[in-house]
Amino acid sequence: MLSYLLFFITVASILSIATLGLNLQWGISGQFNAGVVGFVAIGGYTLAVLSMPATERLLVQWNLPFAVALAASLVTSAAAALLVGLATLRLRSDYLAIATFGVGSAIQLLANNLEPLTGGSRGLVGIPRPFEALGAVGFAWAYAAIVLTLLALCYAALQALLHSPWGRVQRAMREDESVCAALGKNVVRLRLSSFVLGSVLMGLSGALYAGFVGTTSPSEFMPILTFQIWAMLIVGGSGSNRGAIAGTFVVWGLWTLSGAFIGLLLPPRWQAQAGALQSILVGLVLVLTLLLRPQGLLGARRAA
Amino acid sequence: MIAQAIVDGLLSGAIAALGAIGVTFSLSILRFANFSHGDLLGVGAYGALGVVLLTAVSSAAKTLDAPLGPFSFGWLLLIGLIVGIVVAVAIALLLERWVYRPLRQRAADPLTLVFASFGLALLLRSLILLLFGPDPHQYSTEIQMALRLPGPVLVMPDQILVFVVTLGVLAGLWLFLQRSRHGIAMRCVAENPSLASVAGIDTAATVRMTWIVSAALAALAGVLYGVTVQVRPEMGIGLLLPLFTAAILGGVGSVPGAVLAAFLISLAENLLSLVMPGSYKPLVPFVLLLVVLYVRPQGLFPIAGQK
Repeated sequence: MLSYLLFFITVASILSIATLGLNLQWGISGQFNAGVVGFVAIGGYTLAVLSMPATERLLVQWNLPFAVALAASLVTSAAAALLVGLATLRLRSDYLAIATFGVGSAIQLLANNLEPLTGGSRGLVGIPRPFEALGAVGFAWAYAAIVLTLLALCYAALQALLHSPWGRVQRAMREDESVCAALGKNVVRLRLSSFVLGSVLMGLSGALYAGFVGTTSPSEFMPILTFQIWAMLIVGGSGSNRGAIAGTFVVWGLWTLSGAFIGLLLPPRWQAQAGALQSILVGLVLVLTLLLRPQGLLGARRAA
Repeated sequence: MIAQAIVDGLLSGAIAALGAIGVTFSLSILRFANFSHGDLLGVGAYGALGVVLLTAVSSAAKTLDAPLGPFSFGWLLLIGLIVGIVVAVAIALLLERWVYRPLRQRAADPLTLVFASFGLALLLRSLILLLFGPDPHQYSTEIQMALRLPGPVLVMPDQILVFVVTLGVLAGLWLFLQRSRHGIAMRCVAENPSLASVAGIDTAATVRMTWIVSAALAALAGVLYGVTVQVRPEMGIGLLLPLFTAAILGGVGSVPGAVLAAFLISLAENLLSLVMPGSYKPLVPFVLLLVVLYVRPQGLFPIAGQK
């Protein structure tokens, strides 16, 4: 039980980092990322590809240490964010949504097909995990400590950013872009910076997840993850970093519990339908919050 | 080989064109990127599937399902198409009434509507999955004789019918937009909503008309996709990116642009499949989208009043 709780806390903390990233993009800067899963997957795959031990069938056989691969995953997710950000941020605001949605699907496709790099649909199994020398229990505690430290660091950094001049301009821009532009702020550059930073957090989250479970495969990064992260942010209250973390724990808890519950009640034949029921709940949470309580549960903003 | 790829590209481009028109309407008239548009295709396809599945329980349905001439389907699919269109239009209008209109009236920014459509897309897809299960379906398991055209190019009679139907519908739509009051109103609202309402155009009614036309075209595209490929819950989300790309490449708001772009994208997908593994085909629209956004974000045929 304790070990399960530790597992839950680790995963929820990892997801919280992605939710914090989305909060920076949407809650603070007002940009719509429809492909969260893509950036998470880029982080996860970068860590996996760079740290996998050398085997015949893999193209990249670098076997880099965890910390180096983790840093590299921040770079790749930033690069992907720059690619779509530079293409869209000077255009209509919904073009970013379309392009990020494309990132999500493109990464899924590449993960499935670039077999020498990603292991194809089977994925990469046996990513070396840090602290494995400590045994299963030691690893769980040590990894949880790392994840919680990183989450605390991200939270503190984001809080500081939020209350810095940069954060104030971001929020002002979200409320009224023309006023900001008229005051001489470079709106496109400000948007780009928060979008890239948010995507980097998503990449970090993906890398931490891959390092934790020791495998990556396309099925770990399904489109539903985007919706889950959104639901976490919306339930927690977009705009609030504390809300983002709380929302992640609540929604992930409900998701895990309802999944276990449905798994117990329904025969295996109906598992796909059960998954659909869970997705319907997530979809309802998103749409109903938007209609009935646009500020979310703990949200700071007056309108979604 | 090349001739076959071009013919295949034209045939599947026709279906994408029907879907892309709805996307360009929502970007220009409703003024937001509608992420649930792909799933309206799914709703249409599954509406028709519901009718076709009646053959399992009703002998009357079975008689109606007898294949017509060289095609793989019978009159039953035509009834299914009508049902699919009705269901898709009804859902679009209900969502407009319950979700999009309240949000618009709250003067929410366009991204709120994007957000809503994003959530609704998940809802629609999950409902389809819940009702029909995850496995792909076919409207018909009849075997068709492929026609051998010079080239040598092989086409199914179904594909030719799909192409002809699409061209007919596109011609009808063109007349509707150029000649009918509703069509002209739609173009006015796309160009300048405030001026349109000052000129006495009922914007709310025009928005409803836009949903009706978009959803009907989407359902038709979904059923035609089902006829030539297959019906599965993820079909909508899979088609979404090519449709967005077609609408933007064609120039937002331009119907001929969206149609032409849909054909171009489909041709590019099929021609590039000759030189790269076919499994990378779905990557083509995304790469094209990025190229368009970097090089010519206004699209091939920019329309006044749309940035």
